[in-house]
Amino acid sequence: MSTVVADSHDAHDEHHDHKPTGIKRWLFTTNHKDIGTLYLWFSFIMFFLGGSFALVIRMELFQPGMQVIDPHFFNQMTTMHGVIMVFGAVMPAFTGLANWMVPLMIGAPDMALPRMNNWSFWILPVAFLIMLSSMFVPGGGPAFGWTFYAPLSTTYSGDSTALFVFAMHIMGMSSIMGAINVIVTIMNMRAPGMTYMKMPLFVWTWFITAFLLIAVMPVLAGVVTMVLTDKFFGTSFFNAAGGGDPVLFQHLFWFFGHPEVYIMILPSFGIVSAIIPAFARKPLFGYASMVYATASIAGLSFLVWAHHMFTTGMPTFASLFFMYMTMLIAVPTGVKVFNWVSTMWRGAMTFETPMLFALAFVVLFTIGGLSGIMLAITPVDYQYHDTYFVVAHFHYVLVSGAVFSIMAAAYYWLPKWSGVMYDEALGKLHFWCSLVSVNILFFPMHFVGLAGMPRRYPDYALQFADINAIVSVGGFLFGFSQLIFLAVVLKCAMKKGEKAPAKPWEGAEGLEWTVPSPAPYHTFDTPPEVK
Amino acid sequence: MKARLTRWFTAMVGLFLTPATLANELRLNMTSGATDMSQTVYDLHMLVFYICVVIGVLVFGIMFWSILRHRKSRGVTPATFHDNVKVEIAWTVIPFLILIGMAVPATLTLLELDNTDDSELSIVVTGSQWRWHYNYLDYDVEFQSILATQNEQTYGRLPKGENYLLEVDRALVIPTDRKVRFLITSDDVIHSWWVPEFAIKKDANPGYINETWTRVNEPGIYRGVCAELCGQGHAFMPIVVIAKKPAEFDAWIQEEESRIAERRAEEERLLDMEMSMDELMELGQNIYLSQCAACHQPNGRGIPGVFPGLVGEGVSVGDRNAHIDIVVNGSAGTAMQSFRASLSMSELAAVITYERNAWGNNTGDRVQPADIHNFIQGNQ
Repeated sequence: MSTVVADSHDAHDEHHDHKPTGIKRWLFTTNHKDIGTLYLWFSFIMFFLGGSFALVIRMELFQPGMQVIDPHFFNQMTTMHGVIMVFGAVMPAFTGLANWMVPLMIGAPDMALPRMNNWSFWILPVAFLIMLSSMFVPGGGPAFGWTFYAPLSTTYSGDSTALFVFAMHIMGMSSIMGAINVIVTIMNMRAPGMTYMKMPLFVWTWFITAFLLIAVMPVLAGVVTMVLTDKFFGTSFFNAAGGGDPVLFQHLFWFFGHPEVYIMILPSFGIVSAIIPAFARKPLFGYASMVYATASIAGLSFLVWAHHMFTTGMPTFASLFFMYMTMLIAVPTGVKVFNWVSTMWRGAMTFETPMLFALAFVVLFTIGGLSGIMLAITPVDYQYHDTYFVVAHFHYVLVSGAVFSIMAAAYYWLPKWSGVMYDEALGKLHFWCSLVSVNILFFPMHFVGLAGMPRRYPDYALQFADINAIVSVGGFLFGFSQLIFLAVVLKCAMKKGEKAPAKPWEGAEGLEWTVPSPAPYHTFDTPPEVK
Repeated sequence: MKARLTRWFTAMVGLFLTPATLANELRLNMTSGATDMSQTVYDLHMLVFYICVVIGVLVFGIMFWSILRHRKSRGVTPATFHDNVKVEIAWTVIPFLILIGMAVPATLTLLELDNTDDSELSIVVTGSQWRWHYNYLDYDVEFQSILATQNEQTYGRLPKGENYLLEVDRALVIPTDRKVRFLITSDDVIHSWWVPEFAIKKDANPGYINETWTRVNEPGIYRGVCAELCGQGHAFMPIVVIAKKPAEFDAWIQEEESRIAERRAEEERLLDMEMSMDELMELGQNIYLSQCAACHQPNGRGIPGVFPGLVGEGVSVGDRNAHIDIVVNGSAGTAMQSFRASLSMSELAAVITYERNAWGNNTGDRVQPADIHNFIQGNQ
């Protein structure tokens, strides 16, 4: 390009990185890296907010009896904790990673639909302002759990339900737009030579996730709208007295909800499949089977929803069908775990922070998967259902699963994003504090659940007191350990640290490592050739 | 605390060594319960648990071996293999076979658990915010069961009793050695009737009826809880079931039938007599605190935006018949349920009188059982 005779057009090109400064840069940005950064910071703030709600819950549950808050506020806390962590922390974190990394990984200059990209981020803070403001409505915020089962969320809820529904609609729109953008980008903007079966697994898993999002977010929008009209406009979708059925709500919700939990774990699989080969210095074992396993999990996710509803009184044959389908998910999930272990086998491993989080992911996610098999067994699920055993299960897959993978991703790509190496000592401290505390927090929940403690209880019988005290201590340790992570990220954001090379990890593969660190504002204006 | 921690730690270790004995004593594992069914469920739970432990130990064992041996600091050179069709087929097929091994006993257990045929006694269990209502279909016996733990224990003004939050004013009584069928439904939101020792958990859905059953082997007291989020009283509607030997049960249910018949006669008599203001207020306060205070609060002020206050506003200081109407019939489309079936005439009269005169409402109105009787007659 430099050899071309300078004309006015090229003069413009020299100021390639020109961008508005201050707030305008962020408000009006259409740059995938800026938008990725916005998503990631937003998710980080929500993670701390949702976490502080969890600490309120753990404070109340430290001892039997009501000490700190009243049961109504307790229910608001469990609801908001769930909503914020699912829709505000985990999902936006993955969308942020997709924004940053998908174009870099497939050699595209930006996302395919950059203006929509801006919009899909900026409606998200609005949605959460509405959601959080609902807590200041007379009567308090939503107190029916993040699953908002009717009729507790319709006839028996407060006026804040309207705000809850509206905020959910906006979040859903944001997710759908983000998903469309990912699909269009991946289908149209891959560099020459980047065939589908050469795409990094993070791209593949996000590609599949995006289809799940487009399939189920409209179902969520439908079901919240039905809640809205049942509550405010006199319809009876979920009211037996008007010819409706409260269990219909649960079918609709979980038809969204189960694919939703895979939306929150499939990108993790992609992240871990990038990190483990990098630090084992050995190619990923079974790339093709990883792709097929991900697709099978996504397909099966539409056929298992009612395993959340075994106690609602389904016909026996329906229970059996959903039990078999749920157990079947163990097969592709097992394939993934075996592939990761085989990738490590006879590699030459080093244990930098991203690898530590990825290894912890494999172990702890698998523990969550194994308790998932136990939960799939319908007759035994009658005992597990709605107890702390379930709480332990989904926190193992969501916190030490999804959240750990997001942390692994952050450590892995922070040098690329910020241009400086993160503080390895602080990173390791963060890892070990998190690993120990997350297990003090969630492992004993298995026991207290098996012993019979139901979830969403603000107060409990005395036999559960010892374990709840331990769990609460673990909760506070885990919560405060995350401040170390904040310190690591802030140091990188302030460019304090050793300058990062283009490829800081010896065994890392992928186009993102071919551009300098920090990645320039515009990358791959000329598409790279993939051989 | 240290002793507790030590005990807890031993138990944690113990769970993996001798789960059946040690962990049961310390309630760290599922109960094997009081019925053949619950024992079957427990065995199935342990079977699946052990399979999962074995899988976990194998997978993590290989992984940790690899982490220890295949590390760069040991100077190894990484291998380059990245595919092996035979291995991949093996680890798809073997887990599938293991799953079939679990699915067979699970299916058999479920078929038995869902079979409510040939029951010898049927009880309708109705959940409502936040109490259980039991109705023996084959007998003229029905009653409510409400949390018996005092509020003072919850808020730390009294020491907590042994069965804190697991005690009720009236327990459900069932016979041992007979197949008892439960027909479960709800008056308002979804609840879930769970007695761990029977391995029964079934949702109570408003407008629909679910069935389940048990056959208890040993007489005893079995405690359960509500397992589906049903609002702020979710943790405060426990279940207590007393299982009696069949002969004792038959005696109990007859006694109960005649007691209820006597009470009905008493009601009839009360229709003709005036209750004094003091009587009404005393009974009314008791009823209010057990039936109404969970929503409208003990001080009558409700929860703004959720449950209306009764102090100086609404029907409590307005039209008397409108007040009777809303308590007797409930209010459609709101959380206010009908109390016609669950309270007697005198109780209804008393609680309405109480609401009209407590907390400075001082309307001076007295509502008599006969007023309620006339209201209901006039409405039918």
